[in-house]
Amino acid sequence: MISVDSITKKYSENTVVDQVSMQFPVGKITSLIGANGAGKSTLLSIISRLLKQNNGNIMINDKNLESYKSRALAKQLSILKQSNHLELKLTVRELIGFGRFPYSQGKLTKQDEVKIAEAIDFLDLGDIQDKYIDQLSGGQKQRAFLALVVAQDTDYILLDEPLNNLDMKHSVQIMKRLEQLCKEKGKTIIIVIHEINFASHYSDYIVAMKNGKIIHSGATQDIMNPKVLSEVFEIDFEIIHKSGKQLCNYFY
Amino acid sequence: MSTTTKILILVFLTLSLSGLFLFYNLPNSWEYALERRGFKVASMIVVGCCIAYSSVVFQTLTNNKILTPSIMGFEAVYMLFQTLIVFIYGDQTFQVIKNSGNFFISVGLMMVFALLLFVLIFKKGKSNMYFLLLIGLVLGTIFTTMSSFLQLVIDPNEFLIVEQKMFASFNRMNIDIFWYALGFMILCFIIGFRKLQHLDLISLGRENAINLGLDYNKSIKFYLFIIAVLVAVSTALVGPLTFLGILVTNLTYELFKTYKHSILIPCCCLVSAVAILGGQFLVEQVFNFNTTISIIINFIGGLYFMFLLLKVRKV
Repeated sequence: MISVDSITKKYSENTVVDQVSMQFPVGKITSLIGANGAGKSTLLSIISRLLKQNNGNIMINDKNLESYKSRALAKQLSILKQSNHLELKLTVRELIGFGRFPYSQGKLTKQDEVKIAEAIDFLDLGDIQDKYIDQLSGGQKQRAFLALVVAQDTDYILLDEPLNNLDMKHSVQIMKRLEQLCKEKGKTIIIVIHEINFASHYSDYIVAMKNGKIIHSGATQDIMNPKVLSEVFEIDFEIIHKSGKQLCNYFY
Repeated sequence: MSTTTKILILVFLTLSLSGLFLFYNLPNSWEYALERRGFKVASMIVVGCCIAYSSVVFQTLTNNKILTPSIMGFEAVYMLFQTLIVFIYGDQTFQVIKNSGNFFISVGLMMVFALLLFVLIFKKGKSNMYFLLLIGLVLGTIFTTMSSFLQLVIDPNEFLIVEQKMFASFNRMNIDIFWYALGFMILCFIIGFRKLQHLDLISLGRENAINLGLDYNKSIKFYLFIIAVLVAVSTALVGPLTFLGILVTNLTYELFKTYKHSILIPCCCLVSAVAILGGQFLVEQVFNFNTTISIIINFIGGLYFMFLLLKVRKV
């Protein structure tokens, strides 16, 4: 279980994350939503030790984040940020192989090879596994990096806008894979996401942030409510109920 | 062509150039000549390895393929020191300070400079590479300007002493210094070659490296320190030559399309050795010492970059 307790992050006088406390449910997909600059990505970076908070504690499996060795934590928790521009002569398979680094420190064992092959299959990367990553399209690249995280095989997976710059087809593909990871392998997934309908359709819980604070959190159907959403985004929402799921129309 | 073939060709080139260098036009008193030449060849290989390792690692840390460690201002520190002692002691410089003393003080000063930079940057816990480079660049420029000013003021005859130091040269090298430099280099290589896979991780970028369990700040500091030692050693041994770094690293990336530092670094060492041996051979036997190796390297490097630019434009 990941729980955060009164996390605060300031840049000089500017408070980006303000006294945030939250427990993220295990084995579920939780979406972090909110306007630009609400502090979602910053919170995610703090939980994944990419950024240091000014105040507050993060507990992962009842152990403080700071008492983890970096390598041990890499077997528990993985993070995928949005910008992954690399100019390296690196094939897709080699990139995914890096996912096994926390386990084997660069010398791949038989078990690692099995995990890598699984990850390649899981994201349908078989036919492009020997391509260099600088030759890939945006969608392929995103899938390759997601495969790295899958090969890393951590209980907690944090993703920062994984659908950024992807078309609908590739977005749906990625979200289905995440759903599968959650249901079949029991992973806990926390994602920062802007497309509210994707959040509604695929996540179990939604956490809404505004001005560095969590203003609403709960099960998806409770958050998908015109009043809550218009408070979060400051525009009007209409919720359409269709076959047990909620969709938003916000094009007024 | 496979990687192994390419490596074998490079090894062959290094060996044959060393052989050529040692035995070409051997004079009658061959024993003395061979000993001198032997040390020269060895020192060229040492300098080549220092430049190769420090440049490849520096480019990985900064994620930028057109930088060399010279941007941090080490060479400017070296030049300022050389200018300063000539400014103070004039033509008595050689009596006051011996070659080995000069070597150790130069290395020491460059290390102090590096440590000062690191303390300044890392003290606040904000390890920003670009800030480090910026400070290094600014301080380097200040030191260069100070050296230029002093060089204007000193006696023209004494300026000749300084001028010798401004260009890399393998001719003034002395044997005691060579052993110290070799010692430093071997030490750095033993420590620095242990965790080459960590460099592969760093090349994935800060966020990916941390995600995969690397203690990023610690690794950066460690490698910067190794780079500082190697640059200091090679500069104090033969003078400023780090421009060579851009040429040999990019040549290596072109030849070996890989991200693995366990291949890149040794191969880059071979490429640098070939470049220096070849260049120095031209200087001595073709141009009869009428030019310096820096000029040859800059000339070939310039041509190579024009070639690269034209190639990119076609695509």
